[in-house]
Parts: sequence; C-alpha cells; structure tokens
Amino acid sequence: MSFKNLITGAIAAAAMAGSAFAQDVTVGFVYVGPVGDGGWTYEHNKGRLAVEEHFGDRVKTIYQESVPEGADSERVMTQMALQGADLIFTTSFGYMDPTINVAAKFPNVKFEHATGYKRADNVSTYSARFYEGRAVQGHIAGRMTKTNKIGYIGSFPIPEVIRGINSAYIHAKKVNPDVEFNIVWAYTWFDPAKEADAAKALIEQGADVILQHTDSTAPQAAAEQAGNVVTFGQASDMSEYAPFPRVSSIIDDWAPYYIARTQAVLDGTWTSVDTWDGIGAGMVGIGEISSAVPADVKAEAEALRDALASGEYHAFTGPLNKQDGSAWLADGETADDGTLAGMNFYVEGLTATIPN
Amino acid sequence: MIRLEKRPTPSRLLTGLTPILAVLLTMIVGGLMFWILGKPPVEAIRIIFWDPLFDPNFAAYSRPQLLVKAGPLILIAIGLSMGFRAGIWNIGAEGQYIMGAIFGAAAALAVYPKESALIFPAMIIAGAFGGWLWAMIPAILRTRFNTNEILVSLMLVYVAESILASVSQGLLKNPEGYGFPGSRNLQQYPSAANVEILPNSGMHWGVVAAFIAVIFAYVLLTRHTRGFEIRLTGEAPKAARFAGVNPTRIIVFCLGLSGALAGMAGMFEVAGPAGQITIDFNSGYGFTAIIVAFLGRLHPIGILLASLLMALTYIGGELAQLMLGLPGASIQLFQGMLLFFLLATDVFTNYRIKLGRTKLGGSQ
Repeated sequence: MSFKNLITGAIAAAAMAGSAFAQDVTVGFVYVGPVGDGGWTYEHNKGRLAVEEHFGDRVKTIYQESVPEGADSERVMTQMALQGADLIFTTSFGYMDPTINVAAKFPNVKFEHATGYKRADNVSTYSARFYEGRAVQGHIAGRMTKTNKIGYIGSFPIPEVIRGINSAYIHAKKVNPDVEFNIVWAYTWFDPAKEADAAKALIEQGADVILQHTDSTAPQAAAEQAGNVVTFGQASDMSEYAPFPRVSSIIDDWAPYYIARTQAVLDGTWTSVDTWDGIGAGMVGIGEISSAVPADVKAEAEALRDALASGEYHAFTGPLNKQDGSAWLADGETADDGTLAGMNFYVEGLTATIPN
Repeated sequence: MIRLEKRPTPSRLLTGLTPILAVLLTMIVGGLMFWILGKPPVEAIRIIFWDPLFDPNFAAYSRPQLLVKAGPLILIAIGLSMGFRAGIWNIGAEGQYIMGAIFGAAAALAVYPKESALIFPAMIIAGAFGGWLWAMIPAILRTRFNTNEILVSLMLVYVAESILASVSQGLLKNPEGYGFPGSRNLQQYPSAANVEILPNSGMHWGVVAAFIAVIFAYVLLTRHTRGFEIRLTGEAPKAARFAGVNPTRIIVFCLGLSGALAGMAGMFEVAGPAGQITIDFNSGYGFTAIIVAFLGRLHPIGILLASLLMALTYIGGELAQLMLGLPGASIQLFQGMLLFFLLATDVFTNYRIKLGRTKLGGSQ
C-alpha cells in the first residue's frame, strides 16, 4: 500500500467517521395522542419514521406523545429546543399559541405547526386539504346509498370539519339529488365508545353510509355488526375493515412534507411558509377503493380524484349557495382559500344547524 | 405463618416514613420496568429525579417550571385535604377547576379590552366563586338529600367538561379566531394576565396563593376551632356530634373551601401558563391533587413537598421521554406506582406483621 493510498484512506475514514457521528440536524415531534392511536398521531409518527429512514445518521428525531395542549406543551417544546432540536413539528391545532411563544424565545430553532394560522419568521404552518378526499367519499357515498340517508360523525364544529361535511354533501348530492345528511357531533377526536354510540344512532335512524371525522375504528366495527352499512377509513387506511364495510379511505401522508422540510433545514434554505397541500402533492391519499364498490362507481371516483389532483377541478366550484339560500359562488367560480380556512356555514341543502 | 395485627395506635414513625419508602420502591420497580423496556434504568431514574434540578442544560428552565406545575396541585390538594380529614370525599376538583377557569376568564373577557387594576382581583374572586358554586351542588345534595358526594362530584366533572367545550366554541370563543374553538389569549391582555412576578422565576400569583393557602391551612388545623372540628369529625364522628359540631356546616365548609381553591387554581392557570380557554384546557390537575393530598399525609407542609415531588416526576418524566425515547404511558405508570406503593406501605402504619400462630385462635 503506497503512502498516498494510505493518506487517502485515512481521509476517507475520517470523513466517514465524521458523517457517522455528526448528526447534522435534530428534529422534534410533539404529539397530542399516543403513537399507537391508529389515526392522527399514528400517521404523524409514520412521517417521523420516514424522516429517520430517509436521512439515516444525518438526522436524529425525538418525540413526545400524549402532550396536553396548553401550558404543558409549551414546556415540552422548550425542553426540546434546549435539548438541541433544530426543527420542531407541533402536530395539533391546540399547540398554536404555545408554539408562537416558544418560537419567540428560540429564534434559531425552526417550528412547524400543523393546522393553525399563526406564523412567525421561524414558524411555518402546514395542513392538508382533506376536503378533496371528502369530495371523493361524497361521490361514492351518494352512489352507494340505498336509503338515501348518509350519517356523518363530526368531531368539533370547526372550519376543517364543516369544510369536509360541505364537500362530501356537494358531491353526494351531485350524483344523487335525494340524498340527506344526518350529522352527529361527538365532541372528541378519539373516543371509541362515543364514536360507536354515534354510529349506532345513525344506523338506527336509517343511514346506510357512515362518514367519520373522528380517528378510531369504532364506527367501522359498528357498521360491520350492522351488516349492510358502508364506511370510509379516516386519517389512516383502516384496511382491516376492507373490502366491506370500509370501501375506501382518506389517508394523511405527512412523510413527503417532513422529509422536504428537514432537507430544507439541512440545506439552510428553510423559510417560513404556509403549506396547504392536497391529493396532488400526496399529502392526502385516497385509500384503495374496494371490490364492494361497483366498477363504474370506482372509475368515476378515480377520475374525480385525478381531476382534483391535477387541479383541473376544484372541490368547491359554483354555482353554490349558502344554507340560507344566499349566493356564495357563481357558476364556474371556485372558493378562495381564505373563505375555506374560516368556513363557518353549511351549503344549501343541508338541513342541520351548526352548533356552538 | 404471617399475619397482620392491628396496632393500638398508628405508628408515628411509619406515618412519616412511608412516603419516603414509597418513593424508593417506585424507583426500584420503576427502574425494573424501564430495564424491561430496554432502557438504562439508573439513567432513567437520574433523568427523572436529578436532571430537572441540576442538569446544566435544563435546570435553569425546569426549576422554575416545578413551581408552575406544583402551584395548582398545592392549591387544590390543600382544599381537598380539609374534606378528606373530615371524611368528606370531593373527587370532582377537576370540574371545580374547570368552572373556576371559565368564571375567571369570563370575568376578564366581559370587559375586554378595558385596562384596570381591578380586573385581576375580580377574576380571582370570580374564579373562586365558580369553583365554590360547582362544589355547592354536591354539598347541598348531600346535606339535603343525603346523596353520595363522591359520585355527584365526580359526575359533575363530565358536566363541567361539556360546558368547557360549549363555551370555547360559543360564549367565550375568540371573535378574531377564524371560527376555531378557544377564547382570546389572556396572556396578551395585560390587565388579566397572570404574569411571573420576577422574570424566569416561575413565581406567578397562583404560586403565591398556593403558599398562602399552605400557611392558612396550617393555622386553621392547628390553632382554630374549625380546624379542630374538621379533625374531630373525621376521627370520631360520634364524639364530634356530642361536642356539638354541626355536620352540615362542616360539609358545606369543606366542599366550599376545596371548590373555591380548585376554582382559583383554574383561574390562575387560564390567565397565566395556559393563557386561554380551550376544549382541552383541563389536564388532570384535579385528579392528580388527590394523589398529592394523600402522599402529603393530608398535612399542609406534606402537601407542599408532595406537590413539588409530583411536579418533579412530570417534568423529569418528560425529559426521560425525550432523551431516552421512553413511551408516555410508562411515565404515567411510574407515577401511578407512587400512589400504589404509598397505599401498600400505609398498611404497616396501622398494622404490624406477626409471625407464628395466633394465640386467640382467630383467623388462620
């Protein structure tokens, strides 16, 4: 072995050792539920694991689960920052003000807050256009129902959930003018017992399709028991209930976003942005449409999905009126993001009222 | 043969010793659990109990946080301990805490954005009133209809949670919040904000109130007739009745006081560390305070120390999760062990172990 080779080898070894030991970036995740909830937090944690796998030794991830919103989350974020996190994802709406507070104290740490609307120089926000997925669900639901009664389990009457109800209703009504929506509010994101009760009540009232904006699989189980009720997976694929009652699903896929933002911190190109991605960017996935759905309905739903993904069709396209009959969108007009972000009204045809 | 024999009087030595014994047993069994989970046990215990106080990276931040976390626990547990001493079981402090926060925040938001030095004192009174009012429901039902205050106060927690969900989406919703649930942030409303008295000390007005409550409770129990009546009612109810203690008055006093203190704790929390009324504003202080009250032997100074210890396991537990990747549930289990071992070792303050056959031919 020549001297030159030896030197090159030593340099290479040193470089490798350097890259193996230097974790360039530490990324923290704050979760509102346990990582095993099978829904919201589960999908965020899958995103975290994808970051680890993608970057290997260059990135270290840390996380904390079941963090209550409010003062406790502020402390958790501070401790993460003190521990040397460079980028922190706070994955629940209730972390909004705490994120802004902690970010002000650590100007060199980057923060990303999911589903909120407050930003700063070192705070980005990100969310998914779940309502695009709701449009596809609404279409399938409208075609599948025989009783023309669709049950909807809402979590909280906030814009995100109301947007989903409107989107599902518009697209169900488009293919089935006789369709009726019956909405039950569970006032929880995750409570299997309450969700099961809500599903049973809706089924008793004649619903043969159940849509849910809560995270557990309890409504799926209730539908399976009832025998002839169609459901859709929420947040996670819930494929254990496929092909029936679960005929499709909306899947949150945070992995591409988490990888891209981590890469931006590694490259030093991170800036504060407001991201609201849908099917097109891969943040919202439509779970496989099962064999229980007739082939023509499946083809229509997939065409709708592709049109939403390419941007050729918008889920809120006029003519649309508000529930009280006042005009909202003219023929061919599409909703702007501001109205969608703060949506606090039902569209014409829905008979329920939004509780407060 | 091993059997338990009742001591003529509870062992004073063990009364003081069992909390320490319980902490040690928790460390050992908890360490074992961490080891089974594949994490270094000694390091985990060190991170939980030592790092929040002395780690150069975290201590400057987490030491004041101990006070922030312990403050509401002290306030609530002091109130609960009065009732527990008299045999009155208020299990619903969580609900009283929520109602105090709602009343306190509502008092401030009603006059928003006026600035006045009177707003904060008014919020304290409103918060205490809200908690008191919520505790009066089980108190009146108990004294009038002899219902069980354990059940009533516990069930009212769920009622309070529903009211919390309702007001955060309706009555107290931030009109500039884009339709999202949750009130305005009181931290950004100077007259209503419960700020730190010294920056980075963790000392906000709720912590001050907690210390005052400790002193007040100590004086009440040792120097005041009402304190004597409370103790007598709990230890010898018949004697209390002969001595002319009015049980109705004791029930109303104990439930009212614990409700008012829990309500104040909620108000200080919503105006300070939490900042706003939200759907998930409450995070279990009312239930944890029950553990704290017993861990502190229902004694004011004991409660003060037990609250600080509990706060330490919370903050240290978070650090352990972060640094070792421990699952959140294992930390909760760890905290639960503390109560379990306390209750288990408590048996020995009232009983002693006897080896051999029983003389009187009793249970074998």
